[in-house]
Amino acid sequence: MESQVLSFQNFHAYFSEQEILKGINLDLEKNRITAIMGPSGCGKTTLIRSINRMHELTPGARSSGRVLLSGEDLYKMPAMLVRRRIGMVFQRPNPFPIMNIYENVVSGYTLNGIRKSRVELDSLVEETLRKVGLWEEVKEHLHKRGTFLSGGQQQRLCIARSLALKPEVLLLDEPTSALDPKATARIEELVVELAKEVTIVMVTHNIAQAARISDFTAFLYLGELVEYGQTEKLFTVPKDKRTEEYLSGKFG
Amino acid sequence: MKGTKRRILQDRIFQGTVLFFAMIALAPLFLILFTILRKGISSLSLTFLTTLPAPPGEEGGGIVNALAGTGIMVALATAFSLPPAVLAGIYLAEERERPLAKMVRGGLEILQGVPSIVVGILIYLWVVKVTGFFSALSGALALAMMMLPVITKSVEETLLLIPHSLKEASLALGVSYGRTIFKVLLPAGMAGILNGILLGVARVAGETAPLLFTAFGSPFMNLNPLKPMSSLPLIIFNYASSPYPQWHDLAWGASLILIFLVFVLNVLARLGAKKWRVKF
Ligand SMILES: Nc1ncnc2c1ncn2[C@@H]1O[C@H](COP(=O)(O)OP(=O)(O)OP(=O)(O)O)[C@@H](O)[C@H]1O
Ligand SMILES: [Mg+2]
Repeated sequence: MESQVLSFQNFHAYFSEQEILKGINLDLEKNRITAIMGPSGCGKTTLIRSINRMHELTPGARSSGRVLLSGEDLYKMPAMLVRRRIGMVFQRPNPFPIMNIYENVVSGYTLNGIRKSRVELDSLVEETLRKVGLWEEVKEHLHKRGTFLSGGQQQRLCIARSLALKPEVLLLDEPTSALDPKATARIEELVVELAKEVTIVMVTHNIAQAARISDFTAFLYLGELVEYGQTEKLFTVPKDKRTEEYLSGKFG
Repeated sequence: MKGTKRRILQDRIFQGTVLFFAMIALAPLFLILFTILRKGISSLSLTFLTTLPAPPGEEGGGIVNALAGTGIMVALATAFSLPPAVLAGIYLAEERERPLAKMVRGGLEILQGVPSIVVGILIYLWVVKVTGFFSALSGALALAMMMLPVITKSVEETLLLIPHSLKEASLALGVSYGRTIFKVLLPAGMAGILNGILLGVARVAGETAPLLFTAFGSPFMNLNPLKPMSSLPLIIFNYASSPYPQWHDLAWGASLILIFLVFVLNVLARLGAKKWRVKF
């Protein structure tokens, strides 16, 4: 029980009348990388957006069941606090266009009105940018707009923006699908590195990527959790026929 | 082969016709500009811009009180209309499909279509009659009513253009909805909003009708919003409808200044929209 940070208990999610997640039971391990896989439309995005309570922002979206964060029911906490404890990185890099790199990194504090001294912010920026491997590249350009960076750099900046709030969990929704192979490789290395201090849940369409970096894999199909287990086992000896078919590329 | 040639010829004729009518459509604009420039330029001088209107029969006279009045009333009108317009624009953009939003949107469209003279009469009834005096303040209110739909529309359209991903980025950091709007979305849309303000100002700067029964006009220099005040269109109206030919010249000069102001505002709006546009 100790090692499980996130725990779904009979969790259902809906868009209006349509049931998207049909009773998910899933325990995620602390400081591990869990990959969420499955064909398009099976509910991967919905699943991770349910973790940081972003799902409910869509009009008509609702959910039932429980998601526990270290034993606390996320759905009984204020959504804004949940989102500060659980960071999210999106498919397309989305740095704040009106902010420079520095401001982007500390935006979690400034936008939330959390006051910090200049010195604290300076060291937070350096520490976080170092963590995402961006410091050397941008230390001379901290006061330039984040949108001038390359796609891969922007995505690392977005990861830094989330990390600066020191989240317990980092959610990534296909974070490399808009990037070239080189930038993808750097993000993958970074994610592996980050897992030392934060629990990672990553949606990916890329089977090879899941195999490369994840410790655990959850396979979703039509809103149901078909199979969940250590990535190695799941990839070599899948228990379910649907998992096997997906891994062999039978459906996309 | 013959058919092709004929079709090419037809095409040419058609293009020529379109071009011809496009020029005709522009003709009124050039005629207006040409006339005003020709008639107005002779009155332009530093004294014209810096002196008060002269009493009838005397030489000279300027429009300084009208310039000040237009500045004051337009500034007040912007201050009155901006807060409700921004809030209404946010509401319309965020709650697009709500029945109330549709009603507000429709209502603003109707308000935009209300003839300006009617707006003037309404403010006369609601403000001037109630307070018992003509004032720049009531004039500004009338102008504000006319700016409101323009600015609201531009705030709404600006917010709609901002990618959803930006809002999500902010919300995902645990930022409240209100702060997300005011600290992320509105700043990102500042270019569009400023553009809307400039267009709103350009729209009302030349309005006479809403001021006739409200600000009323004044031959004196008045900076007090609770007193009657002149404005460029009012002074043009007064000068032009007077029996003195010399005042007609002043009217042309003031028209030139007014057209120039509106033109500058429009150019600024365009340049600003380009320069301040945020790349997403
Ligand atoms: N805003 C929405 N309103 C209604 N239905 C939606 C909405 N977003 C997604 N859905 C539906 O919910 C289901 C699950 O969507 P979700 O985005 O979670 O899938 P996904 O597994 O992430 O797919 P992909 O691999 O394409 O990203 C889909 O059938 C989709 O059509
Ligand atoms: Mg998805």
